[in-house]
Amino acid sequence: MDESRIRQLGDELFDAWRARRTVAPLVEREPDIALEDAYRIQSRYIERRLAAGETIIGKKIGVTSKPVQDFLGVFQPDFGQLTSGMVHEEGEAIDLGTLIQPKAEAELAFVLKEDLRGPGVTAMDVIRATDYVVPCFEIVDSRITDWQIRIQDTVADNASCGVFVLGASRGDPRRLDITLAGMVLEKNGELHSTGVGAAVQGSPANAVAWLANTLGELGIPFKAGEVILSGSQSALVPVADGDELVCTVGGLGSCRVKFSGRSAA
Amino acid sequence: MSMNITLSREDVVRLCERIEGAQRRAHAIPKLTDEYPGMTIGDGYAVQTELRRRYIAQGHRLVGWKAGLTSKAKMRQMGVDVPSIGFLTDRMARAENAVISTSDLVHPRVECEVAFVMKKALAGPGCTRQDVLDATDHVLPAVEIIDSRFSGFKFDLASVIADNGSSARFVGGGRARHADELDLRTLGVVLEKNGEIVGMGASAAVLGHPADAVAMLVNILAELGESLPAGSFVMSGGITEAVPVRPGDSVVARFQELGSVSMRFVE
Repeated sequence: MDESRIRQLGDELFDAWRARRTVAPLVEREPDIALEDAYRIQSRYIERRLAAGETIIGKKIGVTSKPVQDFLGVFQPDFGQLTSGMVHEEGEAIDLGTLIQPKAEAELAFVLKEDLRGPGVTAMDVIRATDYVVPCFEIVDSRITDWQIRIQDTVADNASCGVFVLGASRGDPRRLDITLAGMVLEKNGELHSTGVGAAVQGSPANAVAWLANTLGELGIPFKAGEVILSGSQSALVPVADGDELVCTVGGLGSCRVKFSGRSAA
Repeated sequence: MSMNITLSREDVVRLCERIEGAQRRAHAIPKLTDEYPGMTIGDGYAVQTELRRRYIAQGHRLVGWKAGLTSKAKMRQMGVDVPSIGFLTDRMARAENAVISTSDLVHPRVECEVAFVMKKALAGPGCTRQDVLDATDHVLPAVEIIDSRFSGFKFDLASVIADNGSSARFVGGGRARHADELDLRTLGVVLEKNGEIVGMGASAAVLGHPADAVAMLVNILAELGESLPAGSFVMSGGITEAVPVRPGDSVVARFQELGSVSMRFVE
């Protein structure tokens, strides 16, 4: 795909994000779009957000569960960039008016104390390079109409990232079994669903190793201090005004998120 | 829950013989409500109690109880707001890492559970989570092999209770732990069959907390005029979906903080 078309599609997604509206699936308009093209479109979209004053603070890994990979017909995860405008404090209500068609996912986030440079990064390298892990919520959102996404659409749309919230409990992955740690998700005080770390690529550390290796191939830096959302351990939860969600990771702690207002779609 | 019994003593005995025959010969029968559409939950427990009496008379030893239908989804599906219970005997127990024959089972499925071993007796009504935790000697990981004696695993609540909650075999193992050293609500569980992950969840999937399921079990026992003796082994309900197994399958259940339980299935 030529550079001008890449820029055009990246700009279209940026404009859709800024205006809180959706666009038709890119794959409908560009049936031959390659995954590499989709990542180039994502880069353009992020470039526009950086130009508007944000900074890169981390990465998110998506499409990490087998059911989602089967649904999208892929055999590996995808990734997006986390920018400074996406962070919300735990306890503050997230204004749904800033989002289009949000859904919440409970995850484990990693914060690195050392750079990770692929290829050749293993799960053991990830544990060694990790400063701490925290329970978190990612609020995914799609700039594609009605979430009618193929893998190229979600990759171009920054892996459908919306905003995220980190919990306060920090854990050491040398003291916590991140693979077998249970995940309990409650919505408005009632049990919603449960999961476990292994739902993410067999272990969240495997997902982070995949990311380090993928970024290494693409020449994208992966720096100490970055936040990595390692992939959903729960079902997708639709959210509305007044909803409160709590996710608890066994042996670690909880993250709490509230919502107010109405989303655009 | 009403324990109202509508069946005659003769009908209870007849249905019990039908269930016992199906369990012994490992063949599927139609659900009991096809013939007795008015069967109540109380009728189901009357048949189960008769089954327990007969097995004990034949020399089987009662070792404990199990809670079933403990997930919100299963309860909604069955239209009930309490779990069901079934009894466990020494004949159903298999050792960790055992080779388990499927030739005396109809269509077995495995599910992961947190098991409780009691150091004190418990009696309902009014048994609470705290009562259960105070009476618990230790918890351990377990795999229940359930096997409905009804065709296609299709049943209603009265029928499945009569069939002893689909109880068939169970394997306890892993690492015994003091309950008060764990958060029993957030234990993660992974079920693997032949090396592939086939089930995942956390222990809150059982009624929000596995000890709540045990408390409900004790309260149902009280309605049946029974209590839970010290030394009982209690399985609190499936955390994962029940997964079918066949000869040649190897199963490993991995539990956060509790180690793992494994077994192999043969013809």
